[in-house]
Amino acid sequence: MSKNPQWKGSGSSSGSGSGRGKLSADEAAAYWKSNVTIIGILLALWFIFSFVTSYFLAGPLSGIMFGGGGSPEFGGSDGVARGVPLSFWMAQQGGIFAFIIIIVTYAKLMDNLDKKYGLND
Amino acid sequence: MTAEIWTGILVLITFGIYIYIGYWARVRDTKGFYVAGQGVPPFANGAATAADWMSAASFISMAGLISGLGFDGSIYLLGWTGGYVLLTLLLAPYLRKFGKYTVPDFVGDRYYSQTARAVAAVSAIFISLTYVVGQMRGVGVVFSRFLGLEIVWGVVIGMVIVAFFAVLGGMKGITWTQVIQYFVLITAFLIPAVAISLQLTGNPVPQFGLAFSNIVADLDYIHEQILGEKPYTEAFRTRPMIDVVFITLALMAGTAGLPHVIVRFYTVPNVRGARYSGAWALFFIALLYLTAPAVAVFARYNLIATLHDQPLDQVRELGWVRSWEATGLLSFDDKDGDGFVRMDEGEITINNDIIVLATPEVAQLPPFVIGLVAAGGLAASLSTASGLLLVISSSVAHDIYYRLINPQADEQRQLLVGRIVIFFAVVVAGYFGVNPPGFVAEIVAFAFGLAASVFFPIILLGIFDKRTNSQGAIAGMLVGLIFTAGMILMMRSTLLLGTEEPIINDFFGISAQGIGVVGMILNFVVAFTVSHLTPPPPAHIQELVENVRNPFGSGAASSH
Repeated sequence: MSKNPQWKGSGSSSGSGSGRGKLSADEAAAYWKSNVTIIGILLALWFIFSFVTSYFLAGPLSGIMFGGGGSPEFGGSDGVARGVPLSFWMAQQGGIFAFIIIIVTYAKLMDNLDKKYGLND
Repeated sequence: MTAEIWTGILVLITFGIYIYIGYWARVRDTKGFYVAGQGVPPFANGAATAADWMSAASFISMAGLISGLGFDGSIYLLGWTGGYVLLTLLLAPYLRKFGKYTVPDFVGDRYYSQTARAVAAVSAIFISLTYVVGQMRGVGVVFSRFLGLEIVWGVVIGMVIVAFFAVLGGMKGITWTQVIQYFVLITAFLIPAVAISLQLTGNPVPQFGLAFSNIVADLDYIHEQILGEKPYTEAFRTRPMIDVVFITLALMAGTAGLPHVIVRFYTVPNVRGARYSGAWALFFIALLYLTAPAVAVFARYNLIATLHDQPLDQVRELGWVRSWEATGLLSFDDKDGDGFVRMDEGEITINNDIIVLATPEVAQLPPFVIGLVAAGGLAASLSTASGLLLVISSSVAHDIYYRLINPQADEQRQLLVGRIVIFFAVVVAGYFGVNPPGFVAEIVAFAFGLAASVFFPIILLGIFDKRTNSQGAIAGMLVGLIFTAGMILMMRSTLLLGTEEPIINDFFGISAQGIGVVGMILNFVVAFTVSHLTPPPPAHIQELVENVRNPFGSGAASSH
């Protein structure tokens, strides 16, 4: 506790300094509101790809088949492509792809927002 | 050359690299020791986070676990990846801006309370200690399975290696060894996966092999028509939907609240770096997590096709069957004595770990690959162990000793205490690795449950709600902690308390693995309500929150 907490007096000039860094109270509130909006929309997508497509809709989506084809030949294989139930694919593959896209989108959108407010350092 | 010689060579080479990096990365100040000088590039931090996160369990056991659960294996796949969305969007950038060394640092400063700091530090130590025991055990098990060494000696070798680079290099040494360990473990995981995919589906990319062949349909056919079970891809075959949802959510929130994962985001140069390293981390983790469900299907199909309804004598002529039967992980019991072994009659018992460990042999890959899998398992265990040991060290030496007991301690003294603690933490983890308490697997539910119910809500509120004060945070943490710990104790009472029957089986259909979500919701509600019934936090705390929300200037303090 003897040292000054680091959060006080940060934003000093030794960063690469392309942005101004300081915001008025109104600007800070507007920046935060945009930030929360971005997070809100992306978390709604996160929720959909975590729970809706994989679990809540597992019943209906299990009737939709895609992909399939070729080998192997065992038991019931008759050379006809039968594919993978969409519910299963979403729960074990599709959801994870969606998560990656969500995080990358977030980082890009925040880059733009920071630039707009001159907060990029 | 035999698999054992290859294993020995690859283990020696990789361990040599880890030791060299530990020596190269040795540090002289606490900032280097706790947060690697905050100079780690996002790409490298992503790889280090992936290795930090993926443990012996992810590498060795997860594909096998999924193979047994079928569709419901998604609790691990979605839970352990979706957590990174929460972590990156809701916590990491702000904690990086805050810029201090530990999770209890944030909790203690944001809630201007030494009580909150102490609760956080003790929780962090408990969570990490629970976790690290399994990792040291994992090192011992890999040594014993692949090199025939006694588990004790395997653990001791692991301890010496971790102690060397962690004591000398702290977070900096740990970070750069984790980067290398990531590439060792992912190579070791992908090579056998590609080989078996090519063999069974004709497609070298396991994700394509899974989607664009009939293997999933055939596995479903085998389940229904031959084994007389529900299809592999049928949802909620092993537990009800509500439990699947809650477990997935508990693993997500737990991931976002695990101290050893959070601190990795303190090591990057600025807020932007924290966001991008979240993206890199998930990408690197997804390489394994998108492959594991394919391996689970391939291996299950292959094992059934190779073993089911075959003459026992013929099955035993296969080399890998003999060697894994000798370890006890694979066993046959021809109950009806007809000379044939059938899965639907319970005549074949397969341990989950075989799915990954035996794949190279089943796919008839050269012995070199088997050595690589052993080195990969060791990399996964050691990288996770070292991240956890650092949290234990920083909680004791920084949060408890420096912030609570002796704030006058100078830089040199803090560093010395940090090194001593990490050394003792290695010894304690090693001891429990050799003599594991019988309920290790059971208390892993604790680690995730507590991370979800103690840390996740109050860090989130600390950033997004200025009104949350110390009274609310302490009340919320304690309610989350007591509820979750109490529930898990009662649900697992046969192992933890020695009762005949579990005191309760589930909480409205939610099992011990998912109960952390209920504790988390209680924490949110209590923290919010108590905060609004008591005075708001002082002005300088509101200023702290404003500052944490503004990404500018986080790079100012970094040095490399």
